[in-house]
Amino acid sequence: MKQVAVLGMPNTGKSTFFNRLTGADASIGNWPGITVDLMMAQVKLDSIEAEIVDLPGIYDLRGYSEDEEVVRTFIDKNPLHLVLIILNATQLDRQLSLALQIKRLQVPAILFLNMADEAPKFGVEVDAEKLSERLGMPVVPISAKYGQGYDRAYQTILNLLKEQEEAIQAQPLDQCMRCDSEIAGEMGSLLQDAVTVPRNIKDNLTIRLDRILLHPVFGLPLFFLTMFLMFQLVYAIGTPIQGLMGEITDWLQTAALEPLLAGAPEMLRGFLIDGLYGGLTVVLSFVPIIILFFFAMAIVEDSGYLSRSAFLMDAFMAKLGLDGRSFVMSLMGFGCNVPAIMGTRVMRSPGLRMLTMLVIPFSLCAARLNVFIFMTAALFSATVAPIVLFSLYLFSFVAAILTAAIFQGKYKNSEPLILELPPYRFPTLKQMLLRSWSEVKHFWRWSYKFIIFGVVAIWFLNNFPPGVETASPETFSGIIGQWTQPILDPIGINPQLAIALIFGFIAKEIVIGGLAVIYGQSDGALMGAIAAQIDWVQAYSFMLFTLLYVPCLSTVAVLRSESKSWKFTAFSVIWSLVLAWVASFIFYQGARFLGF
Amino acid sequence: MNLSLLEPGHIAIIEAIDTDQGLEQRLQALGFRQGREITLIRRAWFSGPLHVRIGTTEVMVRRREAERIYLQEISQNGALA
Repeated sequence: MKQVAVLGMPNTGKSTFFNRLTGADASIGNWPGITVDLMMAQVKLDSIEAEIVDLPGIYDLRGYSEDEEVVRTFIDKNPLHLVLIILNATQLDRQLSLALQIKRLQVPAILFLNMADEAPKFGVEVDAEKLSERLGMPVVPISAKYGQGYDRAYQTILNLLKEQEEAIQAQPLDQCMRCDSEIAGEMGSLLQDAVTVPRNIKDNLTIRLDRILLHPVFGLPLFFLTMFLMFQLVYAIGTPIQGLMGEITDWLQTAALEPLLAGAPEMLRGFLIDGLYGGLTVVLSFVPIIILFFFAMAIVEDSGYLSRSAFLMDAFMAKLGLDGRSFVMSLMGFGCNVPAIMGTRVMRSPGLRMLTMLVIPFSLCAARLNVFIFMTAALFSATVAPIVLFSLYLFSFVAAILTAAIFQGKYKNSEPLILELPPYRFPTLKQMLLRSWSEVKHFWRWSYKFIIFGVVAIWFLNNFPPGVETASPETFSGIIGQWTQPILDPIGINPQLAIALIFGFIAKEIVIGGLAVIYGQSDGALMGAIAAQIDWVQAYSFMLFTLLYVPCLSTVAVLRSESKSWKFTAFSVIWSLVLAWVASFIFYQGARFLGF
Repeated sequence: MNLSLLEPGHIAIIEAIDTDQGLEQRLQALGFRQGREITLIRRAWFSGPLHVRIGTTEVMVRRREAERIYLQEISQNGALA
């Protein structure tokens, strides 16, 4: 098995190239000492078997960012047969330094000049032959997106792999003190001889679009409009599909699963249907939203607009230790927190990413909205209900801003915010599909075990010890509900509502269903039963708590899989519980004090 | 003068970069090298970041970082001021 690594600067289409080369059949591999996910694929090029690794995009082999550290560790520990360098042909004037650094590793390499289709539009000309001669490695112009030059790329890789019998250990770079100045010198003369860059770039589409999209007055309104449309696109289509899927899984349950298991003992039936199958349907219900979300994200991100959002929102977000991309993710979190947290992967600074992940769960998602609509309908008049809902949105923003303000020192953005604003590009349909698919796989791989386990655990709490009525005071949930009264009574939450909050830990979608089971009523009758038992102050306190505490098991699952840290996940869960309790306490006791 | 004082539409030459090594490496990789021309395209409102171009690369830089990048401005006719 020959070892091949793909290396390049960010925004050069490196992953597109990798996908083309490996047929999008990549999975996540494990390497010693490396904590970030690296995509890798085993492919057969003609008769040669090779393992190809997609390393994170980096600016400098000697740099200080986490990604640069990862690449260094990887190269240090893994002898390679071949390095494939991907650079943006248009920006060779600065990117060539990375090729010169890799040359010094003395591992066989090929330089691919990607976006060869884009370079002429900028008036950039590259003499590939001369460059190859001077660099001492093959240089192949390609377009990874449209596939031009790909046959030659494939042949070149094949030829070099055939020749290379042994894997080579890279030379350490940090021992070369003079390298930086040497590289600067070589780069200057190489650029002079082989690359033509115009002094003034032509008035192109990107410049014209930026005049509108980054306009001092219209820039922000246009940004909000775009976000609104994107939100609508994802959730206006996604939510009905999610509903449809729910109907299908319900139908499967009543039409097939229940008759099939009719003879089974009740406990086993409950475990299989309400536990295992219930967990599976929760996982499945997120799939359509994730697909649509990353379809939209592929457009916003690959087009270069996401980086522009950082420019537009930076004046405000920088004060919170965040950037415009955090804003986009939090905003999308108002539909569903799960894909929004997955979307933070575009932020490469660990501190910035963690802080954003801490903030997103406070976005009032569609599932919580359903609980609030039900509760406000039950306890408030039609004129007051919209104001109550609006106030909850306000609390959602306040909680997010407060969280960022408090913890921005703890999760410091370690990387300077110097962001490239790449030219506007539109991703191909294939790129969008691929992105969605790989995100669904990513979600599935880790989350399903965790979510199914969680749903089974809650099912257990709601139905055991054996022989008691589901969700009744005699169950473990009921006992926990009683236990927690010393903590929850001061915020106006009675044992029944406490059980509903335990249901809500799985997903807010099932809180109303849980209440129906607890009260033994549904719809209108349920509203009446709740309204008869609690007053509006208790109801509002319950809603505040529901808004702020752990959104759902799936959110916890992705927090864990994205942060790779149980400690961080636990911290996020505990902080949200603390904030929920404190907010509800202040509200409930304040309102009671004022005589309500 | 430094980059944070450059007017939109104006071009200057990078004279020196005075930051810690991590930031300097990142700036270099994005094309900020001594002697290169830099154009300020626009500034964001409310003391937001700057949008600059070096060669064919466009970058946003926060003002705090821009203050550490020293320039020699070129007048409109191309001579060094």
